[in-house]
Amino acid sequence: MLCCKENGDKIEAIIEKHRNNPGSIITILQEVQEVFNYLPKDVLAIIAEKTKIKPAKIYGVATFYKQFRLNPIGKYLILLCQGTACHVNGSKKIEETLYDELKIKDGETTEDGLFTLNNVACLGCCSLSPVMMINEETYGSLTPEHVAEIIRELKNKENRQVV
Amino acid sequence: MKIVVGLGSCGIAAGAQKVYDKIKRQLDVRGANNQLEPVGCIGMCYLEPIVEFIEEDGNKHTYTKVTPDIVDEILEGIFEDNPCKKHLINPIEWDKLQKQKRIALKNCGVIDPENIHQYIEHDGYEAVKKCIQKMTPKEVIEEIKVSNIRGRGGAGFPTWFKWNAAMNNNGNTKYIVCNADEGDPGAFMDRSILEGDPHAVIEGMMIAGYAIGAQEGVIYVRAEYPLAIVRLQKAILQAKELNLLGSNIFDSTFQFDLKIKAGAGAFVCGEETALIASLEGERGMPRLKPPFPAEKGLWQQSTNINNVETFANIPWIINQGGKSFADIGVDNSKGTKVFALTGKIKDGGLVEVPMGTSLREIIFDIGGGIINDKEFKAVQLGGPSGGCIPKELLDTSVDYESINQTGAIMGSGGMVVMDDTTCMVDMAKFFLDFTCKESCGKCIHCRLGTKRMLEILTRITDGKGQDGDIELLEDLGTGIKEGSLCGLGQTAPNPVLSTIKYFREEYERHIIDKTCPAKQCKALLTHKILEKKCINCGLCLRNCSVEAITGSKKEAHRIHSEKCIQCGICFEVCPVGAVSVY
Repeated sequence: MLCCKENGDKIEAIIEKHRNNPGSIITILQEVQEVFNYLPKDVLAIIAEKTKIKPAKIYGVATFYKQFRLNPIGKYLILLCQGTACHVNGSKKIEETLYDELKIKDGETTEDGLFTLNNVACLGCCSLSPVMMINEETYGSLTPEHVAEIIRELKNKENRQVV
Repeated sequence: MKIVVGLGSCGIAAGAQKVYDKIKRQLDVRGANNQLEPVGCIGMCYLEPIVEFIEEDGNKHTYTKVTPDIVDEILEGIFEDNPCKKHLINPIEWDKLQKQKRIALKNCGVIDPENIHQYIEHDGYEAVKKCIQKMTPKEVIEEIKVSNIRGRGGAGFPTWFKWNAAMNNNGNTKYIVCNADEGDPGAFMDRSILEGDPHAVIEGMMIAGYAIGAQEGVIYVRAEYPLAIVRLQKAILQAKELNLLGSNIFDSTFQFDLKIKAGAGAFVCGEETALIASLEGERGMPRLKPPFPAEKGLWQQSTNINNVETFANIPWIINQGGKSFADIGVDNSKGTKVFALTGKIKDGGLVEVPMGTSLREIIFDIGGGIINDKEFKAVQLGGPSGGCIPKELLDTSVDYESINQTGAIMGSGGMVVMDDTTCMVDMAKFFLDFTCKESCGKCIHCRLGTKRMLEILTRITDGKGQDGDIELLEDLGTGIKEGSLCGLGQTAPNPVLSTIKYFREEYERHIIDKTCPAKQCKALLTHKILEKKCINCGLCLRNCSVEAITGSKKEAHRIHSEKCIQCGICFEVCPVGAVSVY
């Protein structure tokens, strides 16, 4: 997965930056995940070797926190809010619509590698519930129709680029 | 004239950034040099995006639900001295603000959070200056004791007591930690404060640092709050530039430095010992107390941890005096509390009210009541650690003791309103599902007990509930509360126990009658087409995914119950409301 020297250098630089700060492993993993979009297993091994932290401990941290992913994600990461307000205001229906449109459930990625769906606890935009976030953009006051439209638009955009 | 646009996360999600950009472009086109400022969230989320034009004499024109399309129209009116009336705020909205008392939120929606000078203009950093120059650490703690402020994170522990314990510790290195790991689903008070007034939190932490003798502070922020992190980073940088952070602060020997640590998504890290473990780069698992963090906290040193809202209150208390704070509120709950009002409420948003205000006043007078004027059923306080309070107890005063008596907790301030379409068993299941996933796994009762409770709740909502399930839930719940180490496990059964306490009948209807009165639990519903109402259009037939509907253009349609999976699509598509659910 490392594939090139450039990525190796990036990992090196991140670890070097935090070398004198004890307890930085979470920050290191966050920054490494930004480079790869997930945490490849061989990269975890490299981090362990360079930081002298046991691989088991790094794996333990990486699997404890929800932010960390051990598998690649799609181009569009859908964070579907499952907070209390969204639940009360119909986030289940939104999840069903996403399933109808994409045939993926929580934590899964579409076969074409375009979409990943992650349920999250709360995005903190409760007054706009139900809410979802696609990459950096937040969509509020969702209805099943609206969601279907958003997904189809993204799909169309991708198709156009392929042509 | 100054133009301000509310740019909190929720405002941005409602489209405020686009409105801001459009105004900026239009001002450039017109060559107008008006001051255009982003501010934090004022709390009226249901009216976002909000744009205010403030004239030199203080006269204001406030526009709500602004979209880029109407920006031109509004600007036109403003510049021609004939402000357009169409999108102006309804004056009633101001009355709702009048019913509130703003201390923690006083600058939110008022100042530009990314400009330290605006904070300073609003008496910013005066409180910490007063502490350093005129007060001893003991006097500071005494002032906090007089105010009687209690922790706003949920448990309500007296703030002065924690500070005092940390001050009395003889260690050389001490830490101040701000708990901004706001994990309760349905709560966003801390996010709004961090985004709208980050300097108030920084100043509160500095005062705490001075009081206990700490030179270093850490703010532990949820990773899901990127904007709060950005604004905090800017605020810290600006404070350093003005030598408000660093060494020789206000020409004294006091030194204090701050850094931010982004969490990585674990609800249990809101618990203070788990938070410390996370700061040390470990899995966020709680440990036994004592020793309390005041004795052995971060890196085994004395540490004081407070919540965002607690810190935001501190500068006000020092400036106005502890007594002024204690004059607000009731009995043993002083000052104000910020609530995130959401769910089936008309005017959802952030409200800050004096302690002792009744739930009814908050929900109906400030929140405007229930959407579509439906029947109020319950309000959920305290998130996954809290409970549901029913209609009969709407006049409960919002203070720590009264709320505890109902079986809920004050919590960090999430207030989710429910109407008669909310199923209480489903609600309890929702919270248990959450705590079950978030349990760190250390204590068996919490790890497995929540799982067992969730299984029972799931079978009840699936129509497979058995006689004795309610008692089993109560028994398990009590066991989990007693057998868990930290706040997560000790409170996880609350949503179930409180709904059983107030809505036992609803549980019984699910288990014995196999029906869901709120019509939410699909497995318990039956769909039927009313022949007299059916217009034979065939929409339901075409939409049914399991071919459970028969009929033709000449005859009324019928649902075959043996094939029906109760998905509800026929109910949704029927144009004449001929499908009934019971």
